[in-house]
Amino acid sequence: MTAVTAIRPDAALAESLFSVPSLRCAGCIAKVENGLATVEGIAAARVNFTAKRVRIAHDPALDQPRLAAEIERIGFAAEPISSEIARQEAGDSKRLIRAMAVAGFAMMNIMLLSVSVWSGAAGATRDLFHWLSAMIAIPTVAYAGWPFFTSAWTALRHGRTNMDVPISIGVVLATVMSLFETFVSGPHAYFDGAVSLLFFLLVGRVLDSVMRDRARDAVTALLRQTAKGALVLLADGASRWVDAVRIEPGMRMLVASGERLAADGVIEAGRSSFDLSLLTGESAPQPASVGTSVHAGTLNLGAPVTVRVTAAGPDTVIADIARMMDNAAQAKSRYVRIADRAARYYAPAVHTLAFLSFVGWMIAGAGWHQSLMIAVAVLIITCPCALGLAVPAAQIVAAGALGRAGILIKDGSALERLAEVDRALFDKTGTLTLGRPEVREPLAIPEAHWPIALALAQASRHPLAEALRRRLSAEGVTAAELEQIVEHPGEGVEGWFAGRRTWLGRDSAMEGLRDAIGTRLLIEGEEPVTIGFEDRLRSAVPETLERLRGLGIEASILSGDRACAVAPVAKGLGLSAQTSARPEDKLAAIGRYAGAGAKVLMVGDGLNDGPALAAGHVSMAPASASDVGQTAADAVFLGDSFAPVATAIVAARRTMRVVRQNFAIAVGYNVVAVPLAIVGLVTPLIAALAMSGSSLIVIANALRLRGAAR
Amino acid sequence: MNGLSILIPIALLLGLSSLAAFFWAMRTGQFEDLDGAALRILIEDTPEPEEPGRAR
Repeated sequence: MTAVTAIRPDAALAESLFSVPSLRCAGCIAKVENGLATVEGIAAARVNFTAKRVRIAHDPALDQPRLAAEIERIGFAAEPISSEIARQEAGDSKRLIRAMAVAGFAMMNIMLLSVSVWSGAAGATRDLFHWLSAMIAIPTVAYAGWPFFTSAWTALRHGRTNMDVPISIGVVLATVMSLFETFVSGPHAYFDGAVSLLFFLLVGRVLDSVMRDRARDAVTALLRQTAKGALVLLADGASRWVDAVRIEPGMRMLVASGERLAADGVIEAGRSSFDLSLLTGESAPQPASVGTSVHAGTLNLGAPVTVRVTAAGPDTVIADIARMMDNAAQAKSRYVRIADRAARYYAPAVHTLAFLSFVGWMIAGAGWHQSLMIAVAVLIITCPCALGLAVPAAQIVAAGALGRAGILIKDGSALERLAEVDRALFDKTGTLTLGRPEVREPLAIPEAHWPIALALAQASRHPLAEALRRRLSAEGVTAAELEQIVEHPGEGVEGWFAGRRTWLGRDSAMEGLRDAIGTRLLIEGEEPVTIGFEDRLRSAVPETLERLRGLGIEASILSGDRACAVAPVAKGLGLSAQTSARPEDKLAAIGRYAGAGAKVLMVGDGLNDGPALAAGHVSMAPASASDVGQTAADAVFLGDSFAPVATAIVAARRTMRVVRQNFAIAVGYNVVAVPLAIVGLVTPLIAALAMSGSSLIVIANALRLRGAAR
Repeated sequence: MNGLSILIPIALLLGLSSLAAFFWAMRTGQFEDLDGAALRILIEDTPEPEEPGRAR
């Protein structure tokens, strides 16, 4: 059911994609679709429940913040997703699934024909069946084999070899030889072998690709929109929403309380404080007034300010960090996956064996035709069917198990690298800690005043007020009824209770206490109360560190925060720490460890961790991390607990154990089957049985990983 | 042999048609929203017209 309302038919429609994580039921689908359909300028809205997304076709005049506001008005929080991400997703998996469908269809039909050949069809019938098989197999090999051929060709052109090289050679040679057999009315054709080989391998590829898509979907659904634009003041005093990419130096942005800056600039009017934690890792907010320079990506905590843009787009501090990340990520792209490492030894061995059996039989006087057929049998038998499935099957089962435990792994190679880790570096703010203020225990407010404090806290969206609200709501407090509640942005909230003035916010007594995060509750006629806040540790941090130690992984802190803020945490956890590290310092630290031969796991969340996350041998980020952090990390974990870090490593190591077992199974099967093939005893029937048998065993072994994340 | 010349084309045709059906389903996005499709049958196509003042 797509809700459609009339719109000017000639208008060119723009399309926007929103992530709506709170979609839970059929009613939500109807509410969003019907609700949006009544909005003027929206032509159609279609919910994708699986991906928790809404696709909206609308008048280009409606901008993304307007649309997001409309969805919020219906009652759902929405975040825009850039259309570029959406476009990327379509490609690879679909191409592979199509190839797999074709190979599956062809395999079934050829097998059907082959069964009658194996059961004794002879003469003209056998020739007819071989010809039919050839007609089905040749187009299939050309279509379904394409992903392997292109990959093998790329590898060969760069002077390397990978799994796809023996696969391609085996499949092509088997097809060509079988075609020749068919011409000369020979008894053995390997069309079924070649096609079912492609089918099994494509199953492996599809699994690998589906796993990557699923993790990417989950991560894009998490990505919150940091300022992708700003309200810009125009010359005539009006203001207009401008996309981040179109902001230019010299423009003046209005930055509301709770908004992230979209560009670097200097404050022209207003006083406020800024949360730099995503950019520098510093936990305490920094005060800013006229003349202070502020950076893109930081969060305005206080009053609205006007900022004159000094640098935008590629010139901002954020863009510098992005460039550093690109460079750092190149090192990681050189990682060779285990299947390809195996292929380095496997491919030459297989080709030598096949070649030697050909030469051997020639010398024995078998004639070139029979010798070649035996060589083809060796190639088909040794073709890494079980090897091709061994890695992806184990990895997708493990990634599924981890996903259910709230750990999203971006791809299979991340699991491989995670298993090798022997050194861990943690960022502090937002990684070891929650990265948001929590009320310091014990709560300083006397119980009698809780309802008043809650009523005041509810009136503001300041992070401290929200923390107080969470704390008091957890006690089951009901808010008192206050009159004339007014929020003074950046200062506090004022209200009247039974004729007495009440105030929650900063006051003169707190000036000069720059480092302390705190606020004051004043009630006329009562002693003022100072409420302390702190950035608390995630749950299960000490236990996780203990588990890591048990796994032989040494850990330390690598923080951008000042030493005085890091010291208590480091001391409490018994970790050594490097403090005040800028992004380039973090990169250098990782470089040092890597240079000493360590495989570093980097866990971080901020923009400032981006380069380090990209440079680490493997990296993880919490779901509360910045976009940059989540994009750069190999795995993202949900929730307030730190335990997933150890869980992921344990699961990754179990996965690699299963992968190695799978390799052993594949090799063991070769040890039995290859001598048979070399002696010339393998017929297409035996090849088909051996191939499907070993594949099934490998898949069954991989399924044991379903409980890996427990 | 005569039976074969009829049965084999039929078998191939059936297989091909299901392959074509699968391709069509992929192209038209039938697999895009599997969970949503299960829920959509619960949604009423048109909201019930409001008829105030009329007892049921």
